[in-house]
Amino acid sequence: MKIKKHIAISDSGVIFNGATGDSFSVNPIAGEILNLIKSGDSEDEVKLKLLDKYNVDPDRLDTDLYDYLSHLRQLNLLESEE
Amino acid sequence: MTIAITALNAHDNPGPGVGVIRSLRESNDFKFRIIGLSYETMEPGAYLHNLVDVTYQVPYPSAGSEPLLERLLYIHSIEKLDLIIPNFDAELKNFIRIAPTLDQRGIKTYLPKVEMLTRLDKLHLYDFCKQHDFPSPKTMLLNSPDKINELEEEFEYPVFVKGTFYEAYKAFNEDQVRTYFSKLSSKWGLPVIIQETVEGTEINIVGLGDGNGQMIGAIPLRKLYITDRGKGWSGVVLSDPALIEYAGKFVESSKWRGGFELELIRTTQDKLMLLEINPRFPAWIYAATAAGQNLPEALVHMALNKSVVPFHEYTPGKMFIRYAWELITDISEFQKFSTQGIL
Repeated sequence: MKIKKHIAISDSGVIFNGATGDSFSVNPIAGEILNLIKSGDSEDEVKLKLLDKYNVDPDRLDTDLYDYLSHLRQLNLLESEE
Repeated sequence: MTIAITALNAHDNPGPGVGVIRSLRESNDFKFRIIGLSYETMEPGAYLHNLVDVTYQVPYPSAGSEPLLERLLYIHSIEKLDLIIPNFDAELKNFIRIAPTLDQRGIKTYLPKVEMLTRLDKLHLYDFCKQHDFPSPKTMLLNSPDKINELEEEFEYPVFVKGTFYEAYKAFNEDQVRTYFSKLSSKWGLPVIIQETVEGTEINIVGLGDGNGQMIGAIPLRKLYITDRGKGWSGVVLSDPALIEYAGKFVESSKWRGGFELELIRTTQDKLMLLEINPRFPAWIYAATAAGQNLPEALVHMALNKSVVPFHEYTPGKMFIRYAWELITDISEFQKFSTQGIL
C-alpha cells in the first residue's frame, strides 16, 4: 500500500494531488492515517498504531479503515496493487 | 530594451498581454521599456502605467498587414522598438507577413511560420493529430447544412459545434446543430466544425518551442474555476511529468516556434485528448512565471539569437486567482487615447 507520487498532505489536513489539481480536506485522524501510509507503514502496522493510540473497537477500526482506503483508491490517491 | 506588446485586454475575456508584461518586468537579464499596442480605447492594460510605459492604438487585424506595418513603423520612428511580441491569434498572420520588413528595420519578432499556424489551426488539427499519433476528439468540417442529418451515423449526441475562429456550443440534437450552424457560419464563416464530446478533466499546458523541435519550457495547469464565458478564473500548476513529456512530443513533431498553449482533456480512462492549440502564450502566462519558468523572458533571448538553456524545474502547486479591480483614471486620459491614439 503506497500513496501515489505527487500527493501532498498539508498540516491543515488538505490532500493536494499535484498530478490532477484535485484537493480534498480530511479530518485529523484521516490525515494521520495518510501520513502513516506515506511514511511506509503497511495496513496492519497502521491498524496496530491506531489501536495502541486510540480507544477503538478492533472490528470497528477494520471496517472504517477498509472504507477509508477504498475511498482513497476510488479517488486515485493510492498506487494500484499488483 | 524597448519591447512592444499586444493584447492588453485584461478584462473578463482576457488577453495575455498584461501577463507577458508582468513576466518581463521580473526579468533579471533585461530592463524593459514597454510599449503597449492596443486595438481598443478601453483595454485596461493601456491604463496600467506601472506596467506599460506608453500605449499606441493600432489598426484592427481585419485591416490587413499594410496599415499595421505603416503604424508600427511610425511608432518605431518615435520609440525605437527592439522587439514585438504579438499575443492575439487573429493578428498573428499579419505580423508573420510583415516580420521580414520589421527585421530589416531592426525590429525582432519570434513567430511560427504561416504553414505551421495553418497546419495546427482548428480546421487542420485533427489531421495533424492523426498523423503524429496524438489522440483527439473525432472532428468533421461542415461547409453546408446538407449533411447535418447524417451526423448521427458518425457521432453520438451531444456534439460540439464550433466556429471557424471562435465560439463553441454543445448541441444535443440535429435541430440544435442546425441553429448553431446558422449562427456560427453567419458570424465566423465556413466551415463549421463538429466535434465529438469527450468527458474528463481539462488541462492546459503553456510552452515555448525553438522551431527545431526543442522545447525550452512547459508548465501544465488545471483550471479550478471557469467563468460563464469559459475563461479560467483560477488554476493550479500540476506536477505530472507525463504532461511535460506530452508537450515535448508536440514540440518535436510540430517544430513549433514561439509560445503556445495546448488544451487537453484527461479522460476518465487517463487518456490525454488534444482539443486545441493556441499559437501564443495564454492569459495565465504569469502563473507559469510564478512557478519558476519565465517563458516570455526566454522568448526575448531567443528573438535576439541568444542561446537559452531549457527549463527543467518548476514549482507545482502554484495557484492563480484572478480578481476584479476598478482602475481609477481620469476622463482626460480616455479622451487623449481616443483622439490621439497614444496614452
